[in-house]
Amino acid sequence: MKRKKVDLAQAPVTFAKGVDERYKAATPLRGLLNKVFPDHWSFLLGEIALFSFIILLLTGVFLTLFFDPSMKEVAYEGPYSALRGTEMSAAYESSLRLSFEVRGGLFMRQMHHWAALLFMASIVVHMARIFFTGAFRKPREANWAIGVVLFLLGFLAGFTGYSLPDDGLSGTGLRIASAIMLSIPVAGTWISASIFGGEFPGHLIIGRFYIAHVLLIPGGLLALISVHLGLVFAQKHTQWPGPMRTNTNVVGERMFPRYALKQGGFFMAVFGTVALMAGLFQINPIWLFGPYRASEVSSASQPDWYVMFMDGLVRLMPNWQIYIGDYSIPPLFWPAVVGLGALTTVPMFYPWIEARRLKDKTVHNLLQRPRDNPERVGIGAMSLAFFMVATLSGGNDVIADKFHISLNAMTWAGRIGLLILPPLAYYISVRVCLGLQQHDREVLAHGVETGIIRRLPNGQFIEVHQPLGPVDDHGHPIPLEYGGWVVPKKMNRVGALAPAIKGFFFPVEKPAEAPVSPGMPPVTGQEKREEITTGR
Amino acid sequence: MTTVHDKSTDAPVDVTDPRLSRFEIVKEGARRDEIEIVTYESQFHGTDSKAEKRVVRNIALLFLIAGVGGFAFLGFYIWWPWRFELGDTLSDYYTPLLGISLAVSLFGVGFGILAWAKKLLPHEVSIQQRHNDPSPSDEQLITGQTMLFVADELGQGVQRRPLLKGAIAIGMAPIGLAAAAPLIGGLIENPHKDDPPIMFSTGFNKAHNGGNLVRLTRDDGSPIRPDDVSTGGQMTVFPGIPGGATNEWADSPTLLIHLRPDDAQLTRENADADVRNKGSMWGDYVAYSKICTHAGCPASLYEQQTNRLLCPCHQSQFLITRNAQPIFGPATRRLPMLPLGVDEEGFFVAKSDYKDTVGPDFWERP
Repeated sequence: MKRKKVDLAQAPVTFAKGVDERYKAATPLRGLLNKVFPDHWSFLLGEIALFSFIILLLTGVFLTLFFDPSMKEVAYEGPYSALRGTEMSAAYESSLRLSFEVRGGLFMRQMHHWAALLFMASIVVHMARIFFTGAFRKPREANWAIGVVLFLLGFLAGFTGYSLPDDGLSGTGLRIASAIMLSIPVAGTWISASIFGGEFPGHLIIGRFYIAHVLLIPGGLLALISVHLGLVFAQKHTQWPGPMRTNTNVVGERMFPRYALKQGGFFMAVFGTVALMAGLFQINPIWLFGPYRASEVSSASQPDWYVMFMDGLVRLMPNWQIYIGDYSIPPLFWPAVVGLGALTTVPMFYPWIEARRLKDKTVHNLLQRPRDNPERVGIGAMSLAFFMVATLSGGNDVIADKFHISLNAMTWAGRIGLLILPPLAYYISVRVCLGLQQHDREVLAHGVETGIIRRLPNGQFIEVHQPLGPVDDHGHPIPLEYGGWVVPKKMNRVGALAPAIKGFFFPVEKPAEAPVSPGMPPVTGQEKREEITTGR
Repeated sequence: MTTVHDKSTDAPVDVTDPRLSRFEIVKEGARRDEIEIVTYESQFHGTDSKAEKRVVRNIALLFLIAGVGGFAFLGFYIWWPWRFELGDTLSDYYTPLLGISLAVSLFGVGFGILAWAKKLLPHEVSIQQRHNDPSPSDEQLITGQTMLFVADELGQGVQRRPLLKGAIAIGMAPIGLAAAAPLIGGLIENPHKDDPPIMFSTGFNKAHNGGNLVRLTRDDGSPIRPDDVSTGGQMTVFPGIPGGATNEWADSPTLLIHLRPDDAQLTRENADADVRNKGSMWGDYVAYSKICTHAGCPASLYEQQTNRLLCPCHQSQFLITRNAQPIFGPATRRLPMLPLGVDEEGFFVAKSDYKDTVGPDFWERP
């Protein structure tokens, strides 16, 4: 029999054909490779959350290999001599072992914790970006709601996670969590007893939090993140307005080669940042806190930053107890149960609320500059002011201590600030937006201020304006329509000065074009370049 | 912005034509995906320009730095002394070195890739069409009718057959409950089942000490004589029962305070004016629950000058001389007072359990 000659060069082709015969992948795969993504730095905030989540999964799996989620009492015999001989739970002991006796264990623990903090921080910043640019409008309302749920899940993942080491600080957090459950009317004692398996602290809570932290919550996060990204993919990303950009197209780069490569590089940069923080900045030094003992606590007991707003609200709540016959509702119920519930559910409905208020049923794929919707910016600023006051109040004892302010004065400042600052933030931000809007219109109508003062024959001084568009017979600019995008307001933005040289490397040649936004077309003519025809 | 417009979007392209360049085939693929590649231009003048070579060198350098960082990380990981020792040792630098070397490596890779994408790859502007329109109205209609058809087949079938309706209702409800019951039922604990009830009693209840009065002890279990606490001093005490100082009895930690005579006088007057606290002090000594009535943290910061107890968690403040009434912060309820006595051997005992409920407040507290 004649042997068939194997042609190695043809092998990939044969393989690809074989795959396509079975899975019919050619057309969808090409669609994927070609998919166009718009580009803007603010679209990368959500990516930071995604990359942090990947780092969390990687480091978290490593930590489970050494952690023992048990509340059995053991005596510490490890190398950290300050705690030697101390009775502690096996969970705390294994966390100490992970920190001191596993090669690189402390590094992994700190990487996990920093990635968690970055995860929550990027979620919040990403949410603010979505909110202020109106990216949540139809058809993306559901994805906004999913995002809010992701914040809540992240919050729970964080709380269950930092409770696991069972150190002095996290045990205090668990104690407060139990008190929050107890404060729920009618069912409170039953809920707390059921979750803790009896009276606080019981013997089960670490094991239960462990399975919630490593399976249930990450499972939920993974599922919702998949849906979140799937929807972004299917509905295509929003884009800023600008030349060529319409509500029915996407202007940007194809996923391959450039866009995907940039994403990969960005992931590595985020990963590197987390690694650097994990190496250099100590986080949650559990060995300093000692094991949890119900009788011990230190001052400056603060939760992680994304829980601090709740702690702050609890601190600021006046001691108003509601008595109903023989029963009562403790004040803790309002900030911790109603407050957290409302703060994580009401925002979910904002897209529908706004659409209803504006009677807006159209599809929006173009983003809005924040200034173009002052009420929305006002509401956002109000929420942020509320969040800031609540978060700072979560550390008001530290502020009082470091700045030598009376603690009671800090509490009162928080109480008053929580009521006064949000409306103030609303008012100021709405006025700022309106002012910016007006200035945009002014420049479009009269041109850019040149800074050149001219004296007219009659002695009057005027400032010369550079019109942005055509002028009428008298030399006055014809007012331009506002396009929803940046209006150039300085002469060097319209090419009066040589463009500032920007770049990662020192300038290697004359920049190809003025570094302008798509809305600011360069004034000078551009050199003609040749189109690449090889696809190299 | 726009430099080169694609004029060939209209005419169909024969992709098997051997004269076509690869890029022309790519453009045809993009066209079929409703993408117009508006610009795809090199960032450099001509090929092999000086500028391009310089960029390539820089990217190569970044990747080399990444490699050096990676090797450094491995080196530190393997050879640097990592075992923890107390004091200033080389092992203190283990985690920082891992962090720095890994970060250098990852930044090298990351910025290398970013520079490659941003500086070396051709600039691109592509426009893809979106389709905002919903499905055609006839498609909507057909799918809607199909779903209604399914509902009719199942629903009306049941409507017409009452026996089936009843049977399904009776049959399905238990299945749902049976599925939920073991998942939730096993978790439910009755907080009021124990005697004495855990919500309303602490380790100072005689029932936990075989009916005898419970002594106040230190965390090592040793009992306390009045002389052990100096005037103006305070001490955290626990019930003198097995495991009394552990988290098993998380509601029991108590603060024993030896007041100065004038403060003690004031405290006694206030306590005796109160129904529950009457006679609970022993001499100039008073004992309050350490568990804050707000959220359960130990209210452990004792301010001797003002006779206040402060809870560091949410800053509730309690006035010791006035039955530990809350005077600031979110707490509503005073700290319960432990009825103090001294047994025949001269050690502190609790004359009874706390008369008020210890710990954070809840719905059914009497």
